Amino acid sequence: MSALLRHGRYVLGENPVTAVAFGLFVVLILLALVGPSLAPHDPLASDTARKLEPPSARYWFGTDQVGRDILSRVLVATRLDLAISLSAVTLSFVVGSVLGASAGFFGGWTDRIVTRVTDTIMAFPLFVLAMGIVAALGNTLANIVYATAIINLPFYARMARAEVNVRREAGFVEAARLSGNGSARILAVHVFPNCLPPMMVQASLNLGWAILNAAGLSFIGLGVRPPTPEWGIMVAEGAAFIVSGEWWIALFPGLALMLAVFCFNLLGDGLRDLIDPRRRT
Amino acid sequence: MALLRLAGRRLALAVPGLLGVIVVTFLLNRALPGDPAAFFAGPAATRQAIEEIRARLGLDKSVPEQFVYYVRDLARGDLGTSLTTGQPVLRDLATRLPASLELTLAGLTLAVTVALPLGVLSATRPGSWVDHLARVVTTAGVSLPIFFTGLLLVYVFYFLLGWAPAPLGRLDAFSTAPRQVTGFFVVDAVLAHDGALAWAALRQLALPAVTLGLFAMAPIARMTRASMLGVLGSEFIRTARAAGLAPRTVLVTYALRNALLPVITLLGMVFSFLLGANVLVEKVFAWPGVGSYALEALIASDYAPVQGFVLLMATLYVFLNLTIDIVYGLVDPRVRIEA
Amino acid sequence: MMRVLGTLVLIAATLLAPAAPVSAQGRQETLLVIVESGPNSMDIHGVGANRPAYQASWNLYDRLLTYGVKRLPDGSRMYDYNSLKPELAESWTLAPDGLSVTFKLRRDARFHDGTPVTARDVKWSFDRAVTVGGFPTFQMKAGSLEKPEQFVVVDDYTFRVTFVRKDKMTMPDLAVVVPAVFNSELARKHATAQDPWAMEWLKSNDAGSGAYKLESWKPGQETVYVRFDDWKSGPLPKIRRVIVREVPSAGNRRALLERGDADISFDLPPKDFAEMAKAGKLAVVSHPVENAFAYVGMNVKNPPFNNLKVRQAVAHAVPYEKIFSTAVFGRGVLLTGNPIVSLTYGHDLFPSPYKTDMAKAKALMADAGFPNGFETTLSFDQGFATINEPTAVLVQESLGQIGIKTTIEKIPGSNWRNMLLKKEMPLFLNAFGGWLNYPEYFFFWNFHGQNAVFNTSSYQNPDMDRLIEAARFETDPKKYRELVRGFAKIEITDVPRVPVYQPLLDVAMQKNVKGYQYWFHRQLDYRQLSKE
Repeated sequence: MSALLRHGRYVLGENPVTAVAFGLFVVLILLALVGPSLAPHDPLASDTARKLEPPSARYWFGTDQVGRDILSRVLVATRLDLAISLSAVTLSFVVGSVLGASAGFFGGWTDRIVTRVTDTIMAFPLFVLAMGIVAALGNTLANIVYATAIINLPFYARMARAEVNVRREAGFVEAARLSGNGSARILAVHVFPNCLPPMMVQASLNLGWAILNAAGLSFIGLGVRPPTPEWGIMVAEGAAFIVSGEWWIALFPGLALMLAVFCFNLLGDGLRDLIDPRRRT
Repeated sequence: MALLRLAGRRLALAVPGLLGVIVVTFLLNRALPGDPAAFFAGPAATRQAIEEIRARLGLDKSVPEQFVYYVRDLARGDLGTSLTTGQPVLRDLATRLPASLELTLAGLTLAVTVALPLGVLSATRPGSWVDHLARVVTTAGVSLPIFFTGLLLVYVFYFLLGWAPAPLGRLDAFSTAPRQVTGFFVVDAVLAHDGALAWAALRQLALPAVTLGLFAMAPIARMTRASMLGVLGSEFIRTARAAGLAPRTVLVTYALRNALLPVITLLGMVFSFLLGANVLVEKVFAWPGVGSYALEALIASDYAPVQGFVLLMATLYVFLNLTIDIVYGLVDPRVRIEA
Repeated sequence: MMRVLGTLVLIAATLLAPAAPVSAQGRQETLLVIVESGPNSMDIHGVGANRPAYQASWNLYDRLLTYGVKRLPDGSRMYDYNSLKPELAESWTLAPDGLSVTFKLRRDARFHDGTPVTARDVKWSFDRAVTVGGFPTFQMKAGSLEKPEQFVVVDDYTFRVTFVRKDKMTMPDLAVVVPAVFNSELARKHATAQDPWAMEWLKSNDAGSGAYKLESWKPGQETVYVRFDDWKSGPLPKIRRVIVREVPSAGNRRALLERGDADISFDLPPKDFAEMAKAGKLAVVSHPVENAFAYVGMNVKNPPFNNLKVRQAVAHAVPYEKIFSTAVFGRGVLLTGNPIVSLTYGHDLFPSPYKTDMAKAKALMADAGFPNGFETTLSFDQGFATINEPTAVLVQESLGQIGIKTTIEKIPGSNWRNMLLKKEMPLFLNAFGGWLNYPEYFFFWNFHGQNAVFNTSSYQNPDMDRLIEAARFETDPKKYRELVRGFAKIEITDVPRVPVYQPLLDVAMQKNVKGYQYWFHRQLDYRQLSKE
């Protein structure tokens, strides 16, 4: 464990960008946890007399079209956005890995079915599939998470399948089998953990993509329901006010969103460096 | 011959995927809210009138029966009619596909022109500030929602600065499209010896292509860098250097050529990803492509175009992968031999 | 590095270099209209023809009659619903028994292909309108134009319409968009046994005699009209060519107008109109939409809104002023707090005596048996989200204060009409506007027991039905007024829907575009426009 930490510190030291990203990640998690209590105003309370006010001392990020405080909404949205992306990616990861690992380990019909399913999903333009699923099931938070999870599933399934396939005949697997371990146990305890590293990289990248996906859905009206504060829908609605000069409505949630996605992407890169010495500089 | 066998095998593998897409699209369609019969019956229809229209449209039959009709129509090339444009979906898609292709290709070209050199540069100076800057810049491009980037670019370059032309689509209001050869306005205008028109089309293409390109830069730069690093550390490069070849020759003639192979595969994936992502870009720039067509249809609960669009994309994706595999096979003899 | 720089320079050069200059004269004679979405058919009788299709039909086709013009106090022009003027018919006489009208057609009217317009074409077109079903037949029926037998060709240039009953809406109904006159010879050439009315061909082709011809139509992109120089049914329009381009992004439409790259648009959020009107760089012409209002609707058939006290509570809890200033930016006529005044056409018609009074609302809720409130959904049409969403948020907040907890449902696309038809939504936002500016027309479609789709509240009241039906055929003005007052009063006290405001139709145009006129169909009539 300490070796890993030392290694981690070395990599972070080598790569200041990753260090920054990691710091940002910690900040985001903190904000998600305590953000709502930091909000100076009620994110849902409208005050139409003070609508569309630019940033001021009272409203650091200005107010939106019904007079809600944008800073409070951005803070509260942190929790929701991180929750959406984390749950979508976790769901995707778990289901995808199980399917892919089973396919890779057992082969035969399991493999064939799983491959068919992932191929079908991958043949769709991903965003359009998400659009279709949310439109079909209704634009609730749960459905947005499910749609995002489904479209990301194939990545994990394929990766797990490939990695498990490679290791299936390895020596340590034979050894485990000879000592009487069942297939499921071998898969879960011995084979799968070795596949984790590259999948963690993918997961980190997908966290960012999940947030962008939700934003895209909001732009076409399939996002979360009003008046829920969520970065994507705030950017989508705020975009209409750019031309008339109320830039703050879209800019601040846009910055928050960008920082989060940016952070996840760089983190993914950094994780890759941490895990795979071959690819490191 | 080996290549043909390869192509045949790949095609055969792709068919089940396409079938899966057909089934899923059909089911998704039936699950979508909105009632075409209610729409057709008009704003003042009674429930009875709607039921009559429903029977006429064949929507009162059971789902498996409808599926059979759907597949039969597909086999005849009938993708249904769009309620929003009133035209056969197949015709709409055929007219609008070149617009999307032109945009996606332009975006991809831009992305490659910027990302490839960046990736090479990062690989030759790993860990330097150039490397970090390149990573930050390309990642920033992919960290904003694509519609937001597009709208910001329009705001800055058209509204504030007046540098970009009005976001009215492929051509400004007063130019007429060139005679159709490829469907790509820039190419067709050049073929028709109309330089001014080619220029006009190129100007309209600039901003949306940049928006798309920004989104594609990161994966290309990252893959180029990783691939170059791998190649640069290999034995034969060391030999070339030891043999005294000029660094530029080593880099371009030997390293880059070999490093490009995984990048080409990635390009295929990026291209198909862009085809789906340009749905939002087309909306922002009023680009008359298949993406905006499907999007407007989905929002208006007009499902035949969405179905047609998805099938089209899936088919394109299959053939694209096939092409990539063939190109790869041509470029890398190892693949051919293995096949 | 050099390659990257080179590419960036190339991109910049592409953007900065000027485009080929368009001839100044061409720009002057052409009107560039930008819209959110365009027509899905060139045929007003076509199934599912959308609203932009009305604009196409209005300009490509002529009708027998049209409306005159009147000037309003602020200098703007609107159609005069009290004055019918000749278009294809140069004169008409009502029969002495009042049961038919005979039209004399102009002899110099020509279709776009050069053939003369005759009474046979009029009959074919009217027969078509009442036979194809759907909206066109429906609209014809509103003026008691129901059977092909009513339409008689007396001779080439004389046409008679017999009435099935005396209906004061028959004549005005002949001047709306639906009774357009089609070139029957041309259409019949493209008719088939399965398609006797040439629906397929007329969907994308022009068979009209209107002031403009169809130059090209790219569905989903643009429609281009060019002036028909042989048009004789009125003064020749000044604009030679009209390009209608679809630009889906509202922000871009505003940017185009402000930079002078487009001439006219009416598809913009109210906030933009309010700001553009104030800034003064563009000309913004506004007119209250006639016979229309936006409202908060309730389903009176199902609990809890079948309880009158609950509805009244809601009527006192709607934040009228907030909605008006925040969602609509004042682009309308607020309908709250007006007692029922002497009824004339226009906005006096739908006054609402209700005001925002939270205390009263809470008391009513307690009276109704819901002291702790209840939960329900608030739905709206996503197609109008720009106005509906802030309205919904404000209504939600306000109702929350009297204990009604709502979840907001955004209903996408044409599913909205389906939801309206199902009549299951308990609480929703909607608006209705009628083409024919008669109060009984509005009430007939919105409150009458026949339960049309526009009767979104499922309201049933035989007393009101009687008054509405009587008013429809009442010819004595004093009795008529009494009847209208009667049913309006019932509506106000029963409050199946809470009127909030009458919307404004805003149009923004460059200052050199003149001649805009408000029409009942709320679309652009290119014939009156000109550019200085």
